[in-house]
Amino acid sequence: MIEIKELTKIFGPEPGRALALLDAGYDKERLLKETGHAVGVHDVSLTIRRGEIFVIMGLSGSGKSTLLRCVNRLIEPTRGQVWLDGAEVTAMDRPALRELRRRRVGMVFQRFALLPHRTVLDNVAFGLEIRGMSRSERRERAREALALVGLAGWEDYLPDQLSGGMQQRVGLARALATDPDVLLMDEPFSALDPLIRRELQEELLRLQRAVHKTILFVTHDLDEALHLGDRIAIMRDGRVIQVGTPEEVLAHPADDYVRAFVQDVDRSRVFKAAHVMTDAEPVLYEGGGPRVALRAMRQAGRSSVFVVDHDNVLKGLVTADDAVAAVQRGDVGLDHILIHDYETTGPEALLADLIPVAARTRYPIAVVDERHRLLGVVARVSLLAALAGEPAAARTGSAGGGRGARAAL
Amino acid sequence: MLPFDIPLGQWIDGALEWLFPRFAPVTGAIKAGVTWLLANLEMGLNAVPPLLLVAAVTLVAWRVAGRGVAAVSLLGLLLIDGMGYWTEAMTTLSIVSTGVLISLSLGIPLGILAARSDRFLAVLRPILDLMQTMPSFVYLIPAIFLFSIGRVPAVIATVIYSMPPAIRLTNLGIRQVRSDIIEAGRAFGCTPWQLLTRIQLPLALPSIMAGINQTIMMALSMSVVAAMIGARGLGSIVIQALNTVQIGKGFEGGLAIVIMAVILDRITQALGGRQAASTLGRGE
Repeated sequence: MIEIKELTKIFGPEPGRALALLDAGYDKERLLKETGHAVGVHDVSLTIRRGEIFVIMGLSGSGKSTLLRCVNRLIEPTRGQVWLDGAEVTAMDRPALRELRRRRVGMVFQRFALLPHRTVLDNVAFGLEIRGMSRSERRERAREALALVGLAGWEDYLPDQLSGGMQQRVGLARALATDPDVLLMDEPFSALDPLIRRELQEELLRLQRAVHKTILFVTHDLDEALHLGDRIAIMRDGRVIQVGTPEEVLAHPADDYVRAFVQDVDRSRVFKAAHVMTDAEPVLYEGGGPRVALRAMRQAGRSSVFVVDHDNVLKGLVTADDAVAAVQRGDVGLDHILIHDYETTGPEALLADLIPVAARTRYPIAVVDERHRLLGVVARVSLLAALAGEPAAARTGSAGGGRGARAAL
Repeated sequence: MLPFDIPLGQWIDGALEWLFPRFAPVTGAIKAGVTWLLANLEMGLNAVPPLLLVAAVTLVAWRVAGRGVAAVSLLGLLLIDGMGYWTEAMTTLSIVSTGVLISLSLGIPLGILAARSDRFLAVLRPILDLMQTMPSFVYLIPAIFLFSIGRVPAVIATVIYSMPPAIRLTNLGIRQVRSDIIEAGRAFGCTPWQLLTRIQLPLALPSIMAGINQTIMMALSMSVVAAMIGARGLGSIVIQALNTVQIGKGFEGGLAIVIMAVILDRITQALGGRQAASTLGRGE
């Protein structure tokens, strides 16, 4: 867990004096104009939980990279504290700080920052070498880290011989090789073209599921922030103006600045099935008959209904037309009219991926967990409402049937 | 015109006269060290049969710089031997090598310090300008004053003249290392020494090699001047020719120096280029 407490960074010859003026109520512009001091980070407090991807998002000059560098003290904070798992980083002396950087905090850079004269393998082994690990052992560990990022077989190449995306995989492997608790990532994908960026984002999410690091990720790309972040802090002028999950930020922007920011967001890539699904009720239990099904549908105003067993495991779907026919035939059970060609999805599926599914199916999409238990349904209407940016849709989702789904997440 | 004179020359004389006896132990030690280095180098070079050395240099030139440079080395060195100037060439080479060794062993650390401290660089820069622009005859005088005539003051003058490029290009090379790579080094917990030896120096190597090349060239260009204060070698042939107006002999001596310059230049440049290529990641 990382705790940042009331952290301020002022750049300039006399930060102490500038800090006093800032406390006395000078704003950023006035301080810069009258004293030549720039405020990088202004009174930021944040708690980053163990194992989460915490995104610091802001435009250039917002102080996000400065804040990131204060965590491992590549930049010394002017005031405030940084704590990492109960140890105060800001109070460490040089040797303790080096030890922290060697073992507990890895870093990935925007322009990769690989050593051009070393092979890929020796780049990845760099952190271990600095730590004093023997050549054979560190190469072994570096090989593993390279395999982890999908670059097995590229050990003996030089960085320049690799594409940008691959170079950043090397950067990532270098950071992972020391097996740190915390990864600091400074706009790691910004220098890559969009397709590769997307690919690496997925790669990072995949890796994170395997390694469970605490990741502090800086970006200026809101889509990236929303896609990767478990939580997001939005920075402006050195201050954090909102902290929340992607859905919270989208549904309830803290102020007009954030609102303007999130206006053009591709919601289909942020909201997941769990956020927009509605309660599956009414559902039918396996033993029920066509008459029960018809009544349930009539009451709920629906033209179809899902059938589950007593463990809530999805068994099929019954449409109103089939139920009417079954009643006329005098069927007792639902077996003959049970439909199986409906679509299902997991609660984590992005709306972007659900749109084509919704387009080709005639029935609502069933949201099921890994044991095929019914969590809720996504009807075309709620999908469209969420895409149109109606916060109500998202809120309904997380307040209603979404609650169970959240737990399932 | 000023109503008074500024006797700068007298002041300097006074300072040197004051300094000389007090620094006698220091100059004595320097003299002993330089003489030792010179004598060993010269003895070593002369112990090798000329043809063997020619073959060795040709081989190195071929491996490092290619066929053309190898051919020039072979023919050039044979010409020097054929003109009867082999011993002189080895003497010049030993003076140049001694000067270059001292220049580099002082210049590269100074360049590293200059890269680490803007203040130090600010102090150093005018001194370097002075060392390079002051006519070399001018500092021959105190060199003779402190070390008398012969090879030692010649080496000292060579060092003064040839050290600046080593300092400048080491400083430049280190300062040009990409800041995010330095930052990466710090982020992974490098000590200042690790940062220097694993990141800064390797990445500055092409620039440092260029500095070494220039240092060698400048040291060689001092060989005629060195001959004026009694250092023997190819330079003294030129001086003798000058004194007796022997145009042919003067040309021979000059040509021998040029041959050595070309060989040393091409080989060190090729070495530097190879370093640059691998630093930039283009392989061999």
